[in-house]
Amino acid sequence: MSRPDRTIILDARALARALQRMAVEVLELAHGTDDLVLIGIQRRGVELAERIAKLIEQDEGVVVPRGALDITLYRDDLETVGPKPVIGETRIPGELTGKHVVIVDDVLYTGRTVRAALDELADFGRPKRISLCVLVDRGGRELPIHPDIVGKQVKVNGGERVDVLVEELDGRDEVGLVRQGGPA
Amino acid sequence: MTAPPLGKDLVGLEDLSADQIRLILDTAEPFKEVSERPIKKVPALRGKTIVNLFFEASTRTRISFEFAEKRLSADTVNVAASGSSVQKGETLVDTARNLEAMRIDMVVIRHPSSGAAEFLGNRIRSNVINAGDGKHEHPTQGLLDLLTIRDKHGKIDGIKVCLVGDVLHSRVARSNIWGLLKLGAEVGVCGPDTLLPRGIEELGVCRFRRIEEAIEWADVLNVLRLQLERMEMGFIPSVREYYRVFGVTAERLEKVARPMTIMHPGPMNRGVEIDSRVADGPHSVILDQVTNGVAVRMAVLYLLAGGRPELADAAKRSGGLE
Repeated sequence: MSRPDRTIILDARALARALQRMAVEVLELAHGTDDLVLIGIQRRGVELAERIAKLIEQDEGVVVPRGALDITLYRDDLETVGPKPVIGETRIPGELTGKHVVIVDDVLYTGRTVRAALDELADFGRPKRISLCVLVDRGGRELPIHPDIVGKQVKVNGGERVDVLVEELDGRDEVGLVRQGGPA
Repeated sequence: MTAPPLGKDLVGLEDLSADQIRLILDTAEPFKEVSERPIKKVPALRGKTIVNLFFEASTRTRISFEFAEKRLSADTVNVAASGSSVQKGETLVDTARNLEAMRIDMVVIRHPSSGAAEFLGNRIRSNVINAGDGKHEHPTQGLLDLLTIRDKHGKIDGIKVCLVGDVLHSRVARSNIWGLLKLGAEVGVCGPDTLLPRGIEELGVCRFRRIEEAIEWADVLNVLRLQLERMEMGFIPSVREYYRVFGVTAERLEKVARPMTIMHPGPMNRGVEIDSRVADGPHSVILDQVTNGVAVRMAVLYLLAGGRPELADAAKRSGGLE
């Protein structure tokens, strides 16, 4: 499956190890599971949040509430890029007020998605704390947003894109660096 | 920048492709959830100004559009024909151009003349949404009916839907027929000959002369409102006679074993076209139609908004969202 225009950053085993470590770091950050809620950002963040929640369940024997957030309606670029055709599901597991919400996403880039997610979460309640957990931090922030937990830091050159594949949606686990313009 | 998925205006379902109709229905799904949130509002249309221009009385449709607009954070102004400059003889285009001079983004129009929405859409830059024009179309009602049928039956393709009553004067019927046929439903009509359009079979619609036959055939009955003026105009002999021959009654429905979905676009004339026991019965989805109306209108507003080509390049340069 490897193409000359695609470099693998994390293969399936490396991705599993990264998620295992991220799950431990989530537990440390939240001081256990008492107030913990994991919220994945559509689409691949939802799958990653589910994986992390299951890893925590295996270790702690506790079910961690998890939800999904689609930030499309909170984007700041409807005017410029037009409406996104299909909006994903938003599913918030119960009351967020007083909880420690961990936002889970696949790639952190400009920070605009996280900005939108923070605005949207505020309309559902007032968590006591919100943290950010991403599989890949590729740099290039346009807003003052910083991740708390990172699976892998990646230096991305101009014309390159980080491509996260997950078993549930793509048939395999892999993180690749793809040269733009080549076949995706 | 991709082309706006629905074009500039929504005039009727006749002009949309099956894919465009499916896109609106799929987009409506997540908007249902927005209306269940503690804060029933998302910022998608923040800063947009929408005028609801109603030249005809309307409660349900106007309020439904207004809720949809407000839940998307648009700013809205309602203009009714009575008490406005329309009464002083201003033309439709002049009214709209004056509104446009105040820098509005969208117009939702209800008008007694067929073709008014298209006429307006061709003359102003703002997006125009048809909220009912004469006997022509009422596309958002057609869409909410499609969504309600899909919710209830899991699909539209192959479902048998019969429109009952005054099909001839009904823009709801016309939008239903276009939308249902495009999505693969079988469509029937049933009513007095005087209230069924001639040649409707040519569209692939079957005609039932007796309500009993229609009930026997259909999975869904969409019962249209009988406008009481039709009696004075000689289309039906009397309201009582109409109810006796074409009324959708509990007794008539009991004769078929399978459950039937009952719809009505409102406002209902209980005891004229529909029996109260049917309207309030377990198979009635009349209030689900109203709930879905807000979601469908949010979807249409969202899909028509935004996408200004001149700003697309600037967004591309800044990287936008990833």
